[in-house]
This record gives sequence, C-alpha cells and structure tokens, in this order.
Amino acid sequence: MNALRDILSQGAQMSLVLGLAPLLTGFVRKVKARLLRRRGPPLLQPYRDLIRLMRKDVVLADNASWLFRVIPYLIFSGTWVAASLVPTFGNGLLFSWTADLIAIIALLGSARFFQALAGMDVGTAFGGIGSSREVMIASLAEPAMLITVFSVAMIAGSTQLANVAEFMGSDAVGLRVSLGMAFVALTIMALAENARIPVDNPATHLELTMVHEAMVLEYSGRHLALIDLSSQLKLLLYVSLIACVFLPWGMATADASVARLVFGALLYLGKLTVLGFLLAVFETSIAKMRVFRIPEFLGAALMLALLATLLRFVSGSL
Amino acid sequence: MIAVALWSVAALLALAPAGVVLSTRPRGSIILYGGCLIATSTLCVTALSDLLYVPQLTPSATLPIGLPWLGAHFRLDALSAFFLVVINLGGVAASLFALGYGQHEDSPGRVLPFYPAYLAAMNIVVLANDAFSFLVAWEFMSLTSWALVVSHHREAENIRAGYVYLLMASFGTLALLLAFGLLASGAGYDFDAIRASHPSAAVAGMVLILALLGAGSKAGLVPLHAWLPLAHPAAPSHVSGLMSGVMTKVAVYGFVRIVFDLLPEPVWWWSMVVLLVGGPTATLGVLYALMQRDIKRVLAYSTIENIGIIFTGLGLALAFKAEGLDWVAALAFTAAMLHVFNHALFKSLLFFGAGAVLGATGERDMEKLGGLIHRMPKTAFAMLIGCVAISALPPFNGFVSEWLTFQAILLSPQLPSWGLKLVIPAVGGLLALAAAFAAACFVKLYGISFLGRPRSDVAASAHETDRFSLTAMLVLAAFCLIAGILPGLFIDALAPVSKDMVGNIMPHQVGLQWLTIVPIAESRSSYNGLLVFVFAALCGTAAASAIHRLASDRLRRAPAWDCGYPDPNPAIQYSASSFSQPIRRVFGSVIFAAREIGEMPPPSSPRPARLRVELHDLIWDALYAPIAMVVGFATDRINILQFLTIRRYLTLVFVALILLLLVVAL
Repeated sequence: MNALRDILSQGAQMSLVLGLAPLLTGFVRKVKARLLRRRGPPLLQPYRDLIRLMRKDVVLADNASWLFRVIPYLIFSGTWVAASLVPTFGNGLLFSWTADLIAIIALLGSARFFQALAGMDVGTAFGGIGSSREVMIASLAEPAMLITVFSVAMIAGSTQLANVAEFMGSDAVGLRVSLGMAFVALTIMALAENARIPVDNPATHLELTMVHEAMVLEYSGRHLALIDLSSQLKLLLYVSLIACVFLPWGMATADASVARLVFGALLYLGKLTVLGFLLAVFETSIAKMRVFRIPEFLGAALMLALLATLLRFVSGSL
Repeated sequence: MIAVALWSVAALLALAPAGVVLSTRPRGSIILYGGCLIATSTLCVTALSDLLYVPQLTPSATLPIGLPWLGAHFRLDALSAFFLVVINLGGVAASLFALGYGQHEDSPGRVLPFYPAYLAAMNIVVLANDAFSFLVAWEFMSLTSWALVVSHHREAENIRAGYVYLLMASFGTLALLLAFGLLASGAGYDFDAIRASHPSAAVAGMVLILALLGAGSKAGLVPLHAWLPLAHPAAPSHVSGLMSGVMTKVAVYGFVRIVFDLLPEPVWWWSMVVLLVGGPTATLGVLYALMQRDIKRVLAYSTIENIGIIFTGLGLALAFKAEGLDWVAALAFTAAMLHVFNHALFKSLLFFGAGAVLGATGERDMEKLGGLIHRMPKTAFAMLIGCVAISALPPFNGFVSEWLTFQAILLSPQLPSWGLKLVIPAVGGLLALAAAFAAACFVKLYGISFLGRPRSDVAASAHETDRFSLTAMLVLAAFCLIAGILPGLFIDALAPVSKDMVGNIMPHQVGLQWLTIVPIAESRSSYNGLLVFVFAALCGTAAASAIHRLASDRLRRAPAWDCGYPDPNPAIQYSASSFSQPIRRVFGSVIFAAREIGEMPPPSSPRPARLRVELHDLIWDALYAPIAMVVGFATDRINILQFLTIRRYLTLVFVALILLLLVVAL
C-alpha cells in the first residue's frame, strides 16, 4: 500500500510539472503583456504552440547528424527527470534520494552540454555564436549555483532537497544573513539559466544578442516542441526550487493525508503565481544587458554566494 | 600473487629488446603489442583479484638485484594493487588500440623497443618497496617515456618538448631523491624500515614539500606543469594516452605512498599546501585547455585540471586526517582514488580518439577538422561519451568522483583550523569553476572537430578507423558508463586502500537499496546513477514513442536555415578560437594577459584588416624564462673555459687540487 502511494505521488509529481510548465510560461507572458498594456496571448497559448509544433513535419538541415536528432530527447529527459526530483507540493517523493541538489544541477548541466553541441552540429554561424555564449554564461552561472548550493546545504546539513525543505520549514532556521545572500544569488542564477531578461531575451529572434534562440535556430517541428517544453520545465524547476528552499511552508510531509496533499498542491500553485508574477514585473522593469555586461552580473552572484558560504564557515549562526 | 606480477613485468622487460628485432619485421608490431596486451592483462587480473579477494595479505618479495647489501624489495599491498589495476587497464587498452594504430607507425624502431619497457617501468615503480628500486624505476619510466616523446624526432617541436621534459623529469627525480634521503637518514632505504622510523616534524614537513615537488612535477601540478602540454601530445597517440591517463597516476601514487604511508601522522598545514596547489591547478589547467586549438594539447592541459582535482581530494583527506576526522578523510581519499581511476579511463579514451582522428586526417589542429561525426561515426560516438564523462556530467563516471569531493568539502566546517575554514570553500569554488570550464572546453573540442561542416579537404575525406582501435575506445566508453551508474562497486573495491592509507573506510555501498551511493548518511546526501540513467532513458524513449505515434514522425531534409542567410563556405562556422573568445575576454585578460589587436591597413591599401590575438603564459614568463636566462648567461660566461691553452688548463687543475686538499684538511 505504501509503495503504491509513493509511486502514485511520484507519478503525480512528474505529470504535474509536465502539465504545469507551459502554463507558468503562459502566465508570465500574459502578465508581462498586461504590464506593457498589451492584451497578450491567452494563458493556454503555449500548449497550443506545443501541439501545433508536434504535428508539423521536421525540416532537418542537410548536414544534420544523428546526434542533432537525438539531442531534443536527451535534453527533454534530463530536464524532466531533474524537474520531477524537486519537491513541489509534497516532500515524500519516492525517488528523492536518487539525486541530491548537486546532481540536479549537474543533470541540467548535461542538458545544457547537449544543447550547446546541437547548436554546433549544422555548422552555421548563428549556432556557433549561441553555443559559444551559452558556455560563457554557464562557466560563471554553474559555479555560482554550486556555491549557493554549498551555503544552503551547510545551513541545512544536507544536500538532499527533501531534507533541506524540511529544515527550512522548521523553526530551527531563523533569520540568517547567509540565507539572504544565497537567495539573491539563486534568483540571479535562475534568471541566467532560464535565458530571461537581463541575460537573454526569451521573446527575441534574429538578433545578434540572442543566446538560447540562436542555438535552437535549426530545430523545427517536434524537436523544437521538445526543446521549448524543456525550457518551460526548466523555468518551472527553478521557480519550484526557490519555493522549496526559501518558501517551504505548507509542503505536505511523506505520510500526509490526501487532504493535506491537495492543500499542499493548492499552496504550491499560489507560490508559482506569486513568483511568476514577480518574474514578469522584474523583466518588464529592467533592460537587457549587452553580452559582456553579463559576466559582471553573474560575477556579483558568484561573489554573493561565496560570501554566504564563507559567512557560514566563519560563524554557525550567520 | 606477487610472483605472477613480477614474472609479467619480467616478460614486458624481455619484450623490449625483442622490439628491436620485431620492428624490422612486417607483422612485428602486432606480435609486440599482442605480447604487451597479454602481459598487462595478466597483471591487471592479478592485481584486481588481489585487491578484491585478499586485500589483507601483503605479499612481498626480495630479489638479489640492485644494491648488493639491500637487494630489490617488492611488495603488493592494497594501494599498489589498485594502482596496478589502473596502470594495466590503461596498458591493456593502449596495447589493444596500438594493434591497429601502431601499424601506421613510420619508424617502428623508435617506438616498439621502448613501449614495453615503459609499461614495465611504471609497474615496477608501484611494486617497489625500497627507495632505491623506486627511484631507479621512476627514472627508467622517465627515460623510456622521453624516448617515446622524441620518437617522431624530425619535428623540431617534438625535440624541444623532449628537452623540456628531460629537464623537468630530472628536477622531479632530484626532489624525490632528496625526499628519500631525508627519510632514509635514520632508517635505511627499505620502506618497511622508513615506516617504522619517526622523523621529526621539520623533516616530515620538508619531505612533504619535496614529495609535492617531485611527484607534482611528474603529475603536472601548476606551476611545474610547463613540460606536460608539450611532451604528452608529441608522443604517438597510444603513448600519449598512457602518459596522460596512467603515468600522471604513477606520480599520484608516489605522492600518496610517501605522504600517506611513509610519513607519520599529518599536520594541518600540510593539507593547506596541497589544497593551495591543487585548486588553482584545476582551474588554470582547464583555462589553458580552453585557449588551445590542437586536440592533443587540449587533452594534455585537461590532464592538468584533473590532477588538480585529485590533489584537492588528497589535500582534503590530509586535512581531515590531521584533525582526527578519519571517516571524512576516507571519503575525500576515496573520491581522489576514484578520480584517479576515472581519469585514466576517459583520458585514455579521448587520446585514442584524437589518435584515430590524427590517423584518418593527419591533422591535430581543430581549425582544419569538422563534420567527422558523418565520416567516423563510431569514433565520434566513443569520443562523445569520453567528452561527457570528463565534463563531470551524470550519469557518467567523472561526475561521481567530483560529487564525492564536493561532499567532503561540505563537511569541512567541522575542521577547527581557521586557515582551512577559509581556504576550503574557496577551493570548492575553484573546483566548481573548473567543472564548468571543462564542460565548455569539451563542447568546443567535440563541436569543432566532430560536428559542423568539414573545414579542410582531409577532414572531408576522412575514413573510420580500424576495428582494434574502435574496440579499445568502445570498451573504455563502456567502462565510463558502468563506473558512472554502478559507482558503489568501485567505492567498495577501494575500501582496503582507504583503510591502509587513512585508517578508515567509507560506509559499505553495495547492498544499499537500488545500488544508491551514500557517502555519510542518507539524510545528508545520496546519489543513484543507475536510477537517474534508467529514469532518463525511460522518459526519453517514452517521449519519443508517444510523439512519433500520436503526433508526427515525418521528416524532410532541406538546406540549413541560418536565419535566412546560409553560406556554403565552411569558413563561416565558428572556429576553435572564436568559440572561446567570450571566455578569453572575460577571464583571459588577467590570467593570460590576452589582447586582441586589430590591424587596420592604411586607407587606400588593398590589404585585408587582420585580428591578432596575443596570449602569454604568465607562469612561463615569470618562472621559467628568468631561470633559462640566468642559466644561459652563466653558460655564456663559463664558455670561455672551453678555449684555453694547455698551460691554463693545467693551472686550473692545480688550483682545483689545492682547493680540494684545503677542504679535506679543514
């Protein structure tokens, strides 16, 4: 009975993140449009886009190799697995011990590795520019992310997300300077990793400043649908991660009742709405940076994260 | 078991003179590499069974060779057994690869005799149980590898590489000689006697520094790395694989043997020294690698990075051992040893792949490659796995060892010393940077040479490599995956090594639910590569079959889109140097004093504008160039002594004699 429950809960989590990811993107787009006094696309537009793309033929460049065709599936599976390991509504995930926070970051790193390779497969100038800039951003974002993880893990005494969430939800945590710094660093990372403004512009195309879009330029049809879905999943993952580490209240425990689970899920939706809204507000209130300003922006996050970790080493209570 | 090992080493040594004869025969290389294959696989199996089944026995043997009053002592404990496995696994793979690759050798007479001798030398270093045999074997290993480095002696670059290598190898041996001299002063050359002696803290500290210099110069620790990226790529590719994947590990063995085994209990500042060298080595090594365009040189610099990771792990182990936290020391030490094993696997694989590319195209320059995935699909597949594994990405093996190192770093707030409290998070940051750079570096290596469109005619007409080489690469790739998804097996096999060296072991891993690895406690952290792999594979297949069945599976080919401006000229693609330009611009201006100089022709001149990139190796400029200058200056001055008259020479001899007599008299 217990095993069945665990499997159901893990399955629910997997389908929940997959189902919600396009909605979150649609919501952010809608809010952004409203803030710019546009009407904006309907909330469900991302679903329609995905379905339309999946039904279309794939137009493959003459020079594309087998790797180019496999990569969308690799990116999708890596991101989906990572997203289903981050606790959302409940804490008792069956596979939560499969990978800790470091492994989740590394899984996303694998997805990015393949994405950058895909940009170089056809041998076009745009693909190369995208991959080259992506690895530059990653070379700063990934260490900053890992060090943020260090500081959070040292406070919680675990890199296991379920335990981190449990610790953060308890009274033991208190108000800490290092947590504040880690929060700012993690937010900057989330913006950079999801190709949001000010690092990259998710709405742009045919611009020399684009990074993510340049890498996926040669993709079409179902391949593009999968890559889009993966980026939506990644956005959801980061929002859930921030919610799980910094706003863990109301998360259902492993042996919670069904009512508790439903309550947790509703609360999770509320958190997503708030964080998505904040993201849209932030994006509309700031301009995109030029490429070589990004390292300074990410460097600030790196320093904050390092400072948070050092504070933690210096004093147990900061 | 040690008898089998020694007989196999003897067989390898016997193959060396046979190589002289065999090199003139048409199928000689097959016989020689076949012989090496048999000998190394015997050694590998022997050592493995020793490590797995009888780790508590440490058989030893004494042969009546070497110093007459000492003899040559050999011993096979868990540490030696583990390194024998690493060396001979690399040896088996290299010999298998060379069965195909070695047939294209232009001058087999310069490779065949030295190859088995080189393998034998590495094995003897690990088996030796007295300082004399250790140093002789160490020097023999340096010399045979030097002979292999200069085997393609007609290229001026290789000769320079060999020269720098020889100098640095002598320096390393000198440092080790002094280290053993200090150790042996009260005890004698036998390792057993050294273990029983108790050197003072000052002597032990000096031995640590000397061991770090000696073993570190062979392993390629910054700033003693200068020879490595010159020498490793110069050798034939299977030897490059051995030098990078295996010989640097023999150097790690030397360091571990001296510092963890022969020296008494460590003091905390030892770990500080090792960490302060290891962390920057990791980051600088891979940054150098990112700036290169020669495939084999990229791989050589990446070896420096991995050595940095290994030494960071060893430094952590020293720190925890010094403070009595031996269960964390076991974690850090196991992480370092696992990385030794993993790096041997994927670095050999990558060098073999580079060798296959070199054989197929004659090019090592990435700017002339491209699109090889179409013409060498199997090599490209194996290389892809190697690239993912070395970038420390799950579910492959490189990730596991880095993950364990990170777990050890996370436990460092428990250390009482303030210096370490500040240094270890910084080193953690450096390791994280190195991991991210490594991914960038291998995206570049793979993307530029294997993906895209061919940048030269040789790349366009490349062909798949032979089946021996392919087998060697695919076997190594399979090992990379297995070690990545079943790391528990490998961690458990390392338990006796860690027991001997740091006095504790990691928790037993095999038998945990679903083969998860749990370094400390499940509430802290756990990782299950197998489930991640299966899970991801299932998700990917499910997505593929669902989309193909329910939505669409049609596909058509068309010219590339490229935002509407496709250009048929392959020069339009990103090149190796343009790929790393953003990172060079962000980090290189300080570390390499990198400058981009745009040279505009004067108005009305038809010459094209040019962009020149200037990179400086600041370590070479600051450390090696002054020494070379001083030596050059001194030799210039002494040079006049070569052109004296007989009278003056006689006077010199006389003065020397008087001086000596004075010294003796006083």
